Amino acid sequence: MADKPAEKTLIDIVTESDHVKDLKGPELTGEINVPRVEEGYAVTGNYAHVRPYPAKPDIMDSLGFPETIVDNWEEAAIKRLGELLEKYKSLQVYLDICVRCGSCTDKCQFYLGTGDPNNMPVARAELLRKIYKKYFTTEGKLFGRFAGARKLDLKVLSEWYAYFHQCSQCRRCSVFCPYGIDTAEISMAAREIMDAIGLGQKYTNMTIGKLLEVGNNLGMNEKALGATLESMEEDIEEEDGFPVKLPLDVEGADVLLVTPSADFFASPHVESLIGYAKVFHQAGISWTMSSLASEAGNFGMFIGNYTLMQKAATRIRNAIEQIKPKRLVVGECGHAWRIAYSFWNTLIGPFDSLDPNYPAPQHICELTLDLVKRGAIKLNKEANDEFTVTFHDSCNVARGTRMGTRPGGQFTIPRELIKASCNKYVEMDPATTMEKTFCCGSGGGLLTDEIMEVRVAGAMPRMQALHAVMESDGVNFMALICAICKASFTKIMPKYGVPMEVAGGVHQLVGRAIELGAKE
Amino acid sequence: MSFEFEGKTYETDDDGYLINLDEWNRGVAGHIAEMEGVEMTEAHWEVVDFLRNYYTEYSIAPAIKILIKEMKKMFGPDKGNSAYLYNLYPAGPALQACKIAGLPKPTGCV
Ligand code: SF4
Ligand code: SF4
Ligand code: SF4
Repeated sequence: MADKPAEKTLIDIVTESDHVKDLKGPELTGEINVPRVEEGYAVTGNYAHVRPYPAKPDIMDSLGFPETIVDNWEEAAIKRLGELLEKYKSLQVYLDICVRCGSCTDKCQFYLGTGDPNNMPVARAELLRKIYKKYFTTEGKLFGRFAGARKLDLKVLSEWYAYFHQCSQCRRCSVFCPYGIDTAEISMAAREIMDAIGLGQKYTNMTIGKLLEVGNNLGMNEKALGATLESMEEDIEEEDGFPVKLPLDVEGADVLLVTPSADFFASPHVESLIGYAKVFHQAGISWTMSSLASEAGNFGMFIGNYTLMQKAATRIRNAIEQIKPKRLVVGECGHAWRIAYSFWNTLIGPFDSLDPNYPAPQHICELTLDLVKRGAIKLNKEANDEFTVTFHDSCNVARGTRMGTRPGGQFTIPRELIKASCNKYVEMDPATTMEKTFCCGSGGGLLTDEIMEVRVAGAMPRMQALHAVMESDGVNFMALICAICKASFTKIMPKYGVPMEVAGGVHQLVGRAIELGAKE
Repeated sequence: MSFEFEGKTYETDDDGYLINLDEWNRGVAGHIAEMEGVEMTEAHWEVVDFLRNYYTEYSIAPAIKILIKEMKKMFGPDKGNSAYLYNLYPAGPALQACKIAGLPKPTGCV
């Protein structure tokens, strides 16, 4: 250990935490019980001690943020909040219109899992709203705390740091709010303010740094990427006997596939990558991935930072210019699909050079399902007979996007594709699926081990619903279309006594079922 | 963060991963393993050695699937499977074995 204890910095004070090791999830009864709501909100709740590691000065600096908390941080924070209010009218509306009706209180998986009253969406939003009232509204300036206003001080900042990192920005609360208040946007704004004053979260900022420096979240360079893809090609050929390719940087390929870098590295993610490759192979579609765009994910969104989001997305623009594809397709990744669907056009569009006969961008599930329907590929459902499958809607896909041409396509397309790949499919409790889906507990930049306690708690509602269908129908595979969901469930399921192999990708099922070789 | 071993101070990141990869040697690896509650056997070293060689060439740890495949090639199917690796490194080969091998913690959605 270091010689003499250094004096505590502001960062130390604000991010002080207590990390539990060897934790286990609560027992799964199949029921999601709402914690008892105490009168009013606690100022400090029972999960206040769970805080992520702060980003180191060098990372902060590389992203254009102050290295550490600046001296006049109160002033700087208020200034940044003012700028955000100017820039995003929706933020001001959300801060103004909450009537505290309480509909959202028991809708957040982090409240349900932790029972910490500060994790009620309305209470979370209040952490910023009170500051907004104090500095930007007349009644707040005049009547202070009687008007629900609060002065910005270190205590507030440390509560922000805890509870805006116990929100996965899943937007479940907004579905139940009669005014559509989106607490995710409030949490993005709060994180943006914290970064602007020199208080960043390590996991998210380091990952953005890796993307900007090496080209993907993993930090996998071109050489390693090439070697990885080659090695996997060997694997597929050995297992299935077909020369299925994982092409990289092929100029002039028809399809450019942009997928999360976890697909090159982690399990079960790689199984979906192999699934996409088999689909392209069998359908005879010329395709490629790009070392310039070896990441679909974009953590800039998690910290509400438009500049970083755009920087990250620009790599995809560059890849399009280099490869000159006709189509742009996105692999299994929740927040990436949200960004692709809702923001790419503004960030890096328009996509004039692409073939207008196809959606740009298009989700891989839509592409594959279309091929199945046209008979261009055949799926043998029996190949997945060992599985009884259910589907977890990724919140970013469910509540932030669409797929295909019909409303609700983001729900029906993956389901149709799963059902085309297996014989046994079961839905979880409808109170926990489609637009009402729960988050896996690790989205929005929470996928980091030091806050495992919050992640395990936040996963509880989904785990209850999963456990119920495991008991009633023998479900043993939960299909996913999000890299973060895959990573989080494989780690968290064992804490609930569920084997990690229960989590897998939709294209993992497709890859097992697809009939390779000569077509009739 | 940091730890002491045989009179020398080793800087680590917040999770105990070595910052300076060049400081790594078998002695210090054994010490990290001990802190992790892992008792190093020949089988453990086989994994660590492979990881270090791979990292030297590619500046990143191998994908689990590749690790399994290469272990299978080198040591046969008994050692080339996920259950075997998790048995050696209960906290997961990607995290725990990399930590002992002195590799940085992977970032991203893994
Ligand atoms: S549901 Fe909407 S209006 Fe009601 S308390 Fe929650 S955020 Fe406020
Ligand atoms: S966005 Fe999701 S995680 Fe955040 S407060 Fe709302 S329900 Fe909770
Ligand atoms: S990780 Fe998956 S479930 Fe969790 S926030 Fe993202 S899309 Fe939603």
